[in-house]
Amino acid sequence: MTKNLRVKSSEYIDETNRISFKFNGKTYHGFKGDTLASALLANNVHLVGRSFKYHRPRGIMTSGSEEPNAIVQINPGTNRTEPNVRATEVEIYDGLEASSQNCWPSVEFDIGGINNFLSPFFPAGFYYKTFMWPASFWEKYEFFIRHSAGLGKSPTLNDPDIYDHRNIHCDVLVVGAGISGILAAKNAAKNNFKTLLVDEKNEIGGSTIYENNEFNKIDNKAPSEWLKKEIEELKNIKNLEIKTRTSVAAYHQYNYLLARENLTDHLETKDKINKIRQRLLKIRAKKVILATGALERPLIFNNNDRPGIMLSSAIKKYSEFYGVVCGSKNVFFTNNDSAYESALSLYNKGINVEAIIDIRKQSESKIVKKVKEAGINIYWSHTIVDTAGYKRLNTVSIMKLSNDGTSVTGNKIFISCDCLGVAGGWTPAVHLYTQSGNKLKFDEEKKVFLPNQNSSEQISVGSCGGDFKIDEIIKNLNQKLKDTLNIKETDLDNIKIEIDQENSKRNIWLLPSDKPLGKTKPFVDYQNDATAKDIKLALREGFRSIEHVKRYTTTGMGTDQGKLGNMHALGIIADTAGVKMGELGTTTFRPPYTPLTFGTIVGRNVGKFFDIFRRTPMNDWHVENKAEFENVGQWKRAWYYPINGETMHQAVQRESKAARESAGILDASTLGKIDIQGSDASEFLNRVYTNAWSKLAIGRCRYGLMLNEDGMVYDDGVTTRLGENHYIMTTTTGGAANVLGKLEDYLQTEWPELDVYLTSVTDHYATASLCGPNSKKILKKIIPDLDLSDENFPHMSFKEINIGNIECRIMRISFTGEQSYEINVQASYGKSLWEKCIEAGKEFNITPYGTETMHLLRAEKGFIIVGQDTDGTMTPIDLQMDWIVSKKKYDFIGKRSLYRSDTMKEDRKQLVGLVTDDPNTVLEEGAQIVSELNQSPVEMLGHVTSSYFSPNLNKSIALAVVRGGKNMMGKKLFVPMENKNINVTVANPVFYDEKNERLNA
Amino acid sequence: MFLINCPYCGERDQQEFKAGGEAHIERPKQPTELSDDEWAEYLFMRKNIKGVQFERWNHAHGCRKWFNMVRDTSNDEIKAIYKMGEKPPAQ
Repeated sequence: MTKNLRVKSSEYIDETNRISFKFNGKTYHGFKGDTLASALLANNVHLVGRSFKYHRPRGIMTSGSEEPNAIVQINPGTNRTEPNVRATEVEIYDGLEASSQNCWPSVEFDIGGINNFLSPFFPAGFYYKTFMWPASFWEKYEFFIRHSAGLGKSPTLNDPDIYDHRNIHCDVLVVGAGISGILAAKNAAKNNFKTLLVDEKNEIGGSTIYENNEFNKIDNKAPSEWLKKEIEELKNIKNLEIKTRTSVAAYHQYNYLLARENLTDHLETKDKINKIRQRLLKIRAKKVILATGALERPLIFNNNDRPGIMLSSAIKKYSEFYGVVCGSKNVFFTNNDSAYESALSLYNKGINVEAIIDIRKQSESKIVKKVKEAGINIYWSHTIVDTAGYKRLNTVSIMKLSNDGTSVTGNKIFISCDCLGVAGGWTPAVHLYTQSGNKLKFDEEKKVFLPNQNSSEQISVGSCGGDFKIDEIIKNLNQKLKDTLNIKETDLDNIKIEIDQENSKRNIWLLPSDKPLGKTKPFVDYQNDATAKDIKLALREGFRSIEHVKRYTTTGMGTDQGKLGNMHALGIIADTAGVKMGELGTTTFRPPYTPLTFGTIVGRNVGKFFDIFRRTPMNDWHVENKAEFENVGQWKRAWYYPINGETMHQAVQRESKAARESAGILDASTLGKIDIQGSDASEFLNRVYTNAWSKLAIGRCRYGLMLNEDGMVYDDGVTTRLGENHYIMTTTTGGAANVLGKLEDYLQTEWPELDVYLTSVTDHYATASLCGPNSKKILKKIIPDLDLSDENFPHMSFKEINIGNIECRIMRISFTGEQSYEINVQASYGKSLWEKCIEAGKEFNITPYGTETMHLLRAEKGFIIVGQDTDGTMTPIDLQMDWIVSKKKYDFIGKRSLYRSDTMKEDRKQLVGLVTDDPNTVLEEGAQIVSELNQSPVEMLGHVTSSYFSPNLNKSIALAVVRGGKNMMGKKLFVPMENKNINVTVANPVFYDEKNERLNA
Repeated sequence: MFLINCPYCGERDQQEFKAGGEAHIERPKQPTELSDDEWAEYLFMRKNIKGVQFERWNHAHGCRKWFNMVRDTSNDEIKAIYKMGEKPPAQ
């Protein structure tokens, strides 16, 4: 296994830079420029993984991102581990470790391999069919199935890397830097289009830079030489940016594309640190040129999946680009001329090519003649009927194809080999094209799906557009560039091209064997182990839609998304069902084209940047005073202030008592505040609130309830009239943005005739709410000049006054039932106002309280919290708040809905109070309420919405919504819990100070 | 991700906008005179067309203006954008 299969020095491999890496625990060497795949092949390692279902040994099949088999775990067990990575895309570096996946205990000896011998029992839909019975056993089966399935292992440690996002705007985006992409980008940039050229590989040039067909010439030069000169010239072109290692993942509408730029994956670990690993590019391009090339297809024959069986084009790339040969006894199997290029590549390096098996009857091209002259055996009209070699291919057996290609005849010939190159034709990579929303058409002659249209915003050029020969490519590229860029001349106008013209092919989607289909394993989807048999079974079982066959057989559902085998699946379905491929259509190609890491997707939005958070101006004080915080929308609000190791319950009980007995202070800065001005402001409020506003005097405050048009409570808050045409509205903390949006919507779209202006001033003011029987005395200390008498400054009124130089707006309003003053100052003075209040309140033992105490105090008063006691299905009538709904107003938002037959039903869920028979039992919020205990099933009457132990009443209290609750006053109900049933009695939701005497006490 | 030509700000990315449902559904001037069925028609019934649809959009993270859009929902082509109060373009 230590044999080195490096055959020549390649300009893309730096043989002076020897690299050591580990695969499955064993150390190997490669060179700078190698991929993990090329380095393993150079070390004669073909067996790299096991298949998903049958655990068959699998090797490296391709040289690119379409690889289905050689998927590995990178750096297992470390914080940089990544599963399901294609060995063909990993650039090796010193210290790289990789391991095989989906095998246990090892890739050489995998217990799951038993599934291969049991495969007759694992047809398509096996899991669906078998484990459905008995239904209750699924949980037991699942344990074993989950353990034996699965690909790589997800990382369990924190990702140490940095990821980034960047927006890019360009005139022209060229995807793919093969010959077409390079020429397109060059001409776009030369014509003053700001151009971005991206390619997923580390080198640009595509397959042309290692093109070796001596019969193709551009301007009398080998295409590879000619292209290298073009690449050299790119350096001097302005307006052109080239990004390599950049894979376009998604192509959305309006030329919006997402690409992943890989920045450090090819670096040694020490060089990765503190650098951005991957960057998500969000590209908005005026024009997109797709030059994504084509993927070579395999051929579908019996046992076509053994290690050593590869794409012919991959063998050529390993040989010409990496200087690595994949075997010492090579055989090719083809339906077109391209395998002959690969065969010659090996032959020219002195490597044995045993035979070429061609399903065609003949080919007259120059390259085929050259192969004949070289003395390589060509078996025309032959097909491979079987292969042998468990962990590495050792023999292929071939037979003559019948004229119609459906059966085989004659004697079986056995050819000994260790590598088989398969060439089944080329599939244009149209994934991005279809993601952009455009349709494909089937080309009957070329047997491929091609883009149906080019537009002024998007063209497909080169082989992804259906041009496979260099002369066609250049000619059509030139015309498309002129059309889409609206230019008259390009430097492609006078290029002279010679090509080897003959390129016949014969297409047989499923090649016959001497054995019946049922006894063969012709794999269509290598990664998911879906065979042609499975597809035919699905058709026999009645599946017709390609999307259904895909899901039933899992064809194309692996991490490679069936890049190799999807066309064969379609071809086999079309042939079997007797329909045309064009009518069958394709499955949907969904983004991403190749998998993205979660890190790339989230970018910098991790940790504290995961979501925006907002803090009040008093926040530092809360932190210094050891407040616990809770999230309310994006706000961090002080929740409670534990002292001396108090639990939350203890702290809240203390805070609640203090607020009622002496004084409390709450940071209410988070409440939404909307400044409303204009000559129609009063009329506007009349229309958006349920109650009347025209007669509110200047300097007075009023509570308002806002409905949706469906009559359901949407928001509430106090609005103050500051002047004739000036109000300030407060909203709930969480509802502020939506309320503003809703008001703007009505103003702009329904009532544009109203003269009203709305401004959000939530962030402009800080609010300290002083509450309790001593609040008046504290305020007096702060503002001695203000007459605080109930006559001058009654409940629900407003004063504007200075504290020193600071302008204050003070509202005497209450959400606790105690005398309260909400002091608003400019946000920047918020903390000093707060500290002034605390200082002045010391002698009254002023107690800061958080949101939890606020909730408790308001619940004692039966005040609702929108969103806690309501859930978008409660009308004001349901909330027993009929008093706030104006009967006189002709209209307001939601009024008509209050008279719908449904909203007027007596048995709607209605807000009530609940008291527990045992005053010490506190109900759980969300607990269900029933009227019967000995009945099953029993009707759920409603649920508990708010529940607390009230320290001021010394008993448990709760608010609940109960079906028909309004008429149940005093009725006994039950709250069944897991271990006990709690007896409750329906009560008035106002538990404390029902007559509101404390407001003016 | 659409590129939306806000009639007040110009072309902006879709993430600055909020979709607001079907356009040209006028709030009845005299709701109290409508039957339950007529009110329900206004309140609940919306078209969901595969093809050309008239929609309301709001430049929520921009100028906050509402405007109308004609969009083909089958291919997301934005056919026209016009201000609130303007007549929809003839199809």
